[in-house]
Amino acid sequence: MTFIMLAEAWSAMGANRLRTFLTMLGMVIGVGAVILMSSIGAGTQAKVKESIASMGSNLFIVLAGSMTSGGVRIGSGAVQTLTIGDANAMEEIDSIAATAPVSSGTAQMVYQSANWNTQVTGTTPSFFQVRDWNLESGYPFMDSDVRGATRVVVLGKTVAQNLFGDEDPVGKTIRIKNSPYIVVGVLVKKGQSLDGRDQDDTAMVPITTAQTKLFGSQFKGSVRFIMVQGVSESTMDKAEKEMTQLLRQRHKLRDSVEDDFTIRNLTALANTAEETTKAMSLMLAAIASISLLVGGIGIMNIMLVSVTERTREIGIRIAIGAKQNNILLQFLLEALMISIIGCFIGVCVGVGGAYVVAHFFPINVVITQNSIIISFLVATGVGVFFGFYPARKAANLEPIEALRYQ
Amino acid sequence: MNEVIKISHLTKNYYTAAGEVCVLKGVDITITSGEFVAIMGPSGSGKSTFMNILGCLDKATSGEYLLNSNNTTALSKNDLATLRNNIIGFVFQGFNLLPRKSLIDNVALPLVYAGVDSHERKERAKQILKSVGLEAFGTYLPTHISGGQQQRVAIARALVNKPKLILADEPTGNLDTKTSQEIMQLFSELNEKEGITIVLVTHEPDIAAYAKRLVNFVDGKIQHDGPTERMMERVQ
Repeated sequence: MTFIMLAEAWSAMGANRLRTFLTMLGMVIGVGAVILMSSIGAGTQAKVKESIASMGSNLFIVLAGSMTSGGVRIGSGAVQTLTIGDANAMEEIDSIAATAPVSSGTAQMVYQSANWNTQVTGTTPSFFQVRDWNLESGYPFMDSDVRGATRVVVLGKTVAQNLFGDEDPVGKTIRIKNSPYIVVGVLVKKGQSLDGRDQDDTAMVPITTAQTKLFGSQFKGSVRFIMVQGVSESTMDKAEKEMTQLLRQRHKLRDSVEDDFTIRNLTALANTAEETTKAMSLMLAAIASISLLVGGIGIMNIMLVSVTERTREIGIRIAIGAKQNNILLQFLLEALMISIIGCFIGVCVGVGGAYVVAHFFPINVVITQNSIIISFLVATGVGVFFGFYPARKAANLEPIEALRYQ
Repeated sequence: MNEVIKISHLTKNYYTAAGEVCVLKGVDITITSGEFVAIMGPSGSGKSTFMNILGCLDKATSGEYLLNSNNTTALSKNDLATLRNNIIGFVFQGFNLLPRKSLIDNVALPLVYAGVDSHERKERAKQILKSVGLEAFGTYLPTHISGGQQQRVAIARALVNKPKLILADEPTGNLDTKTSQEIMQLFSELNEKEGITIVLVTHEPDIAAYAKRLVNFVDGKIQHDGPTERMMERVQ
């Protein structure tokens, strides 16, 4: 019975091929759009997640703060109120895992005939821990390098590639601002940051080296900012409070005076970015599902036409003994078949489209199993929902009226 | 004798924009198993409406209709569908075959709704097609054969589920005289050899002549009812 019903639906679909194709096209476009949009959404989300993970976890950044000079307020980082001492003191707080003071600038680097301009970050070994950044080869510089302000450098992947090509940079000597530095390590590739910067286009030197030999500093020991890693996500608020307290104490600020530093919770910012992309991908999928809905209405439209056209056939079937359920099932199966086959083609089109988009545009695309499963379920639902009314209309036809229909 | 149809005080009213139209005004008739009945009457006399009610395609306004001892007035749409499937075979004026299906599939269609499995359906359809002389055309579409052949297929479809009763509404209306005679001979054979009860509507006396009993409708009532030979003289 089931098999003959399926064959029946199949032959009915074949009877008017162009119409079946156009009806199906509605489903194909709807499902294709949902798959494509949700894979673009998922791709963007994955990219953001990756950037967030590359930033390091439970991260604060403490910026040297604004100051008021004769009524004129100068932006944060303008005055260098933070010191390496601040960083060391903050590390003593229980809710803080590690701190890394940073003072940076740009510098030209030369190796043999190659040269490259990049950002040089002066910092301490704990920077690699805070940023959760491992080395591809070699070793990071050590606390003794910081103490001795030695001329050693750790290169980012982009810099290493530009200066050395395929050569192994570890142990080689490069020139930064005309002074020789020994390359002790190369960082693993981290990719783009949230704001699209190439994180690998960088080099690290001991902070003391940067301050005394590379860039100099306005005040001895002052830094541009300090990166701080909290112990866990749950103690982030506590850590922020304690840091504020400690820094105000160390900077000898009275209660009436504003902070001369700014603490930013980067992880919270990143989470907001993640939420935003999530909302965006949801919106994309929602817009795409409107076309799915339109496809469903197309099916209903065609099924209604089909029922009217085949009124006489329905009359004959009823006369020779078809029950209402037989007729209902026949038309429902037809609608379902159109939507499921349409959905199947739509999945192929959507997945293919996603690959095309990924190939020709700089957009990250992730095809999720869920989006395919959900599309199938929704398409089936659409078929049943929009096929039901025409099918019921067919099943409720009066036999003599249906037989008389011309 | 076994009563296939027992009708008493049957009326049928239609409600139209012009008001209530009384099409059948109290019909009483009993048809027993093995009878061959022709129904005649001028157009508008209610014979088609009567046939629709006989075929359980339409319901009477009042009165009682027992089909093979089933009280049809009390049955649901689905029960009536089953009854039609098991007891009645329909032959229409316009053949009413499904145009996109092969002759075998057309003939086998009632068996689909009777729940017969696919292998048996094919076998029975082939056999019946053979008995109406069309076994060579099984895979043809209805549009590929002549009107007379189409009506034979329709008769085969009516026979396939072994009905007690065949209802034929002007079965020769679309056919030429020679083909009409052949179709009527087929009906006569079915009635005599298989003992199938046949009720047919016609307005041609020479078609009605094949039947053994003639019922004449005039203005929603049965005017004459009796053996064909005797009736023919009166009608003419």
